[in-house]
Amino acid sequence: MFFFLFGLCCLAFGGVGALLVSSRRWSGILGAGGALVGCPIALIPVLEVLFRGEKLAFHHGWSVPYGSFFLKIDPLSAFFLLPILLLTAIAAIYAVGYLEKEEKQGSHWLFFNLLACSMAFVVVARNGILFLVAWEAMAIFSFFLVSFEDEKEEVRKASWIYLVATHLGTAFLLVFFLLLGQAAGSLDFDQIAAMSAHKTLPSLLAGTLFLLAIVGFGTKAGFMPLHVWLPEAHPAAPSHVSAVMSGVMIKTGIYGLLRMIPLLGKPEIWWAWLLIGIGLSSGILGVLFALAQHDLKRLLAYHSVENIGIITLGLGLGFLGVAVGSVPLTVLGFAGGLFHVLNHALFKGLLFFGAGSVLHATGTREMDRLGGLMKAMPWTGATFLIASVAICGLPPLNGFASEFILYVGAFKGVGSFGVLQSLPALAVLLGLALIGGLAMACFTKAFGVVFLGEARTEAAENVHEAGAFMKIAMVALSISCFLAAFLAIPIVKSLIPAIAEISSLPVETVAAQLPLATDPLLGLLLVTGILTLLFCGLWLLRKNLLSGRSVELAATWGCGYQRGSSRMQYSSSSFARPLTELFSPLLRTHDEITPVEGLFPKGARLKTHTPDLFQEIIYRPAFKAILWAIARLRWIQGGNLQLYILYIAATLLVLLIWKL
Amino acid sequence: MNDPWIQTLLVLLILTDLVMLGSSRVGKCIRVIAAQGVLLAALILALNINSLNGHVLLLAFASLFVKTFLFPWILVRAIRRADVDQAVDPLIGFGPSLLIGALLMPLSLWLGTRLPLPDALASSLIVPVALYTMLIGLFLLVSRKKAITQVLSYLLLENGITIFGVALLVKVPLLVELGTLLDLLGAVFVMGIALFNINQTFEHIDSSKLSFLKE
Repeated sequence: MFFFLFGLCCLAFGGVGALLVSSRRWSGILGAGGALVGCPIALIPVLEVLFRGEKLAFHHGWSVPYGSFFLKIDPLSAFFLLPILLLTAIAAIYAVGYLEKEEKQGSHWLFFNLLACSMAFVVVARNGILFLVAWEAMAIFSFFLVSFEDEKEEVRKASWIYLVATHLGTAFLLVFFLLLGQAAGSLDFDQIAAMSAHKTLPSLLAGTLFLLAIVGFGTKAGFMPLHVWLPEAHPAAPSHVSAVMSGVMIKTGIYGLLRMIPLLGKPEIWWAWLLIGIGLSSGILGVLFALAQHDLKRLLAYHSVENIGIITLGLGLGFLGVAVGSVPLTVLGFAGGLFHVLNHALFKGLLFFGAGSVLHATGTREMDRLGGLMKAMPWTGATFLIASVAICGLPPLNGFASEFILYVGAFKGVGSFGVLQSLPALAVLLGLALIGGLAMACFTKAFGVVFLGEARTEAAENVHEAGAFMKIAMVALSISCFLAAFLAIPIVKSLIPAIAEISSLPVETVAAQLPLATDPLLGLLLVTGILTLLFCGLWLLRKNLLSGRSVELAATWGCGYQRGSSRMQYSSSSFARPLTELFSPLLRTHDEITPVEGLFPKGARLKTHTPDLFQEIIYRPAFKAILWAIARLRWIQGGNLQLYILYIAATLLVLLIWKL
Repeated sequence: MNDPWIQTLLVLLILTDLVMLGSSRVGKCIRVIAAQGVLLAALILALNINSLNGHVLLLAFASLFVKTFLFPWILVRAIRRADVDQAVDPLIGFGPSLLIGALLMPLSLWLGTRLPLPDALASSLIVPVALYTMLIGLFLLVSRKKAITQVLSYLLLENGITIFGVALLVKVPLLVELGTLLDLLGAVFVMGIALFNINQTFEHIDSSKLSFLKE
C-alpha cells in the first residue's frame, strides 16, 4: 500500500510542481515526469494483488461524520487500476508531444495528474463519503480538462453540458448512499457487506437502490439515454484527455455498479433484464449514431457508448447467471465484461490518440475535409488501423478476445434452461452480432475516409507525421492491444477472485468454468495469429521482390481516367448512407439538398446532420421547461440591496420564531 | 430585582430606537447613535454596580469612547468629505416606519419570553430591548436608501447585540466583547472610506442604484 500511495503522491506533486514553475518546458517535464514515475510505482502493488490474489488495506482517522479514510485494493479494484495507471502514463507521454506549442501547460498538468489520482481513489475508496469525494473530484478535474481550450464557444458549451450531466448523476448517487447507509447503519463498504450477508433488504428498497445506482453510475458510464454528455465533451477535450476519459474514466461507472450491486443482496432477475436492455440500446444505438457522424472524435465518442453497451451486456449476463443460478453464465458474463473494460481502454485510447494526431496535423476533425493521410502519416494510419480492427472485434486482437468470451457465455445461456430464461441470452447474441457488423461498417468508413483515397482539402494535403512522443505512445498502445489478446488467459485468470467476490461463488467453481471459453479462444488466436504473420511475411516478400523494379503509383480512384478530382470520392455520409437509410426512423438525419437542376446546372449541395435522438426528444424539451419555470421566479432577484437584506432578515426571523 | 435605574435606561434605549425610525436628517441619526453609546455605557455600569471591577470599567469606557465619540466623528467627517446631503431618503415613509416599529415591540416582547436564557437577568425587559434594537436595525437596513444610513443601521444592530452581551457579561469573556468592538471599529473605518470612494466614483451614495450591476 505504501508504494501505491507514494505513486499517487508523485503524480500529485508532479502536477502541482508543473503549475508552479513558469517555464513551459519545465512544466511539461514535471507534469509528465510525475505521471511517468508515479504510475509505474503505483502499479507494483496493483500487479501484486492481481497475480497473487492478496488484498491490501490502509486505514487512517478522518474527522468527517460517517466518513473514514479507508482504502483497500482487492482484485476488482486492482483490475480497474491497471488500465487507469497504464493509460494515464501513456497519455502523459502523448500529451508532451500534443501540447508542445500550448501556453497553458501548468494548469493542464495539474488537472491531468489530479484526475488520475482521483480515479485511483474512486476505485480503492471503501467508505461512502470518501467515495463521493473522490467521485466529485474526478468530475471537477475532468471538467477543467474538457474546458482546456475555453476560448472556443463550443468548448465552453460542451464542458457545461458535461458538468450538469455529471452533477445530476452524483445527485442520484448521493441519495443512493444515504438510503444504503441508513439501511446498513454505516457507510463503510465492509460493514454494508457484512450487513447484507445476514440480512436481506426489502425488495422495494433493493430495487430502488438498484435503479438509483443505474442512473447515478450510468450517467458517468454513458448508458444510452444518459449518454448525452459524451458526444459533446469528447470532441471538445484535448485528444489525450478524451482518451483517458473515454478509456478509463467512464469505466468508473461500471466499477461502481460492480462494487455496489452485490452489496444489495441477491440480484433479482429483472435487474439482469434491465442491464441487458440498457446494454442492447447503448450498443446498437451507439454504433448507429457513430455511423452517422462526420466528426471523427464525435464518432469515437459514440463508439464509447457502444462499448459500454457491450460491457453492460456482460454485466447483465453475469447477474442473470447469479439470479437463475447458472454458473457458466455468471463466470463468462463477468469475465467477458471485465476483460472488455481493459481492452476498450487500450484500443479506444489508441483511437483517440490517432484522431488527435490527425487533428494536430490538419487542424480539423471533419472527416470530409481529410483523406489520403496514410501516405503522409504511416505510423498514425497503421496504429489507427490496428485499433480499428480491435474495436470491431476481429481476431487476432484484444477486442475479439473479450467479445468471444461473451459469445461463449451467451451460447451457454441459450442452451441451458427454459425458453423464457434463454430469451435475454439470445438477445445478447443477436445484439452482439449486430453491433459487431455495424462497428465494422463504421470503422471501414472512418479509416477509409480519413486515411485512404485522396486528400479532400489543402489542409489534408500538407501534413506532417506526429512527433516522436506521440508515435511512442501510439506504438506502445498498439503493442498492448496484441499483448492483451495473447495474454488473455493469464489476464482472465487474474479475474477469478474478483468474479468470485461479485457472484459470491467459491474460487474453485469459478476457475473450473473459465476453460470453457479460454480453450477455444487460445486456438483461434493462434490460428489467426499465424495467418497474420503469414500475411505480413508475404507482404515483406512482395516488397523485397519489387525492390529492384520500378513501381508506378497512380491517383486513387484514377481507374485510368486522368480527370478525376478528390471530390469524386465517397464522402463519410455517402459511404454510410445505405445503412443510415435503413435505420432512418431512429437516426432522423436531416438533409439539406440543393439539387442538380436544368441542362446546365450551376451548383449542387448536400448537407446532412444527425442530431442526438435523446437530446432532441427528451433533454432539450425538459431543460426548456425547467428554464421556463425558473424564469417565472426571476422577480425574486430584484437586484435591490435592501430587498436582499429583507430576504435574509425575514428568513432569520421566521427561523427564530419557528424554532422557539 | 427590577432596578428602576436599569428600567429607565432600557426605556430610554427603546425611545432612542423610535427616534431613529422617525428622524429625517442624517446628522440627527448620528447624534442618536452617540446618545445610545452613552446609554449603553451607563447600562453596563448599572448592571454591575455591585461588582465593579477593571473589566467592567474598561468595557464601559471603551464603549463610551468608541460609540459616542469615535464613530460619530468618523461618520460626520465622511459625510462632510463626501458632501452627502442631509435627507435620509427612506424607502418606507417615517409614519409607516414608526407604525412598524410599534408592531415590532410586542413581537420582541413575545420572543423574549420564549428565549431560554440561563439564569435570572437583572431585568425582565433587557432581552426584549436587545431584540427590539436588533430588529429595528434590520428594519432600517431594509428600508433606508443611502449607504450612510446603512452604516448607521448596522451600528444600531450591533448595539442590540451589545445589550445582549452586557446582560450576560458574567458569562461572556471580556475578550469577546472587546473583539466585537474592534471588529466594528474596523468595519466603520472601511465603510467610511468606501462611502467616500463610492461618492467619488458615482457622485451619489444611493445604494438602491447599485442594482445597476444586476446580472
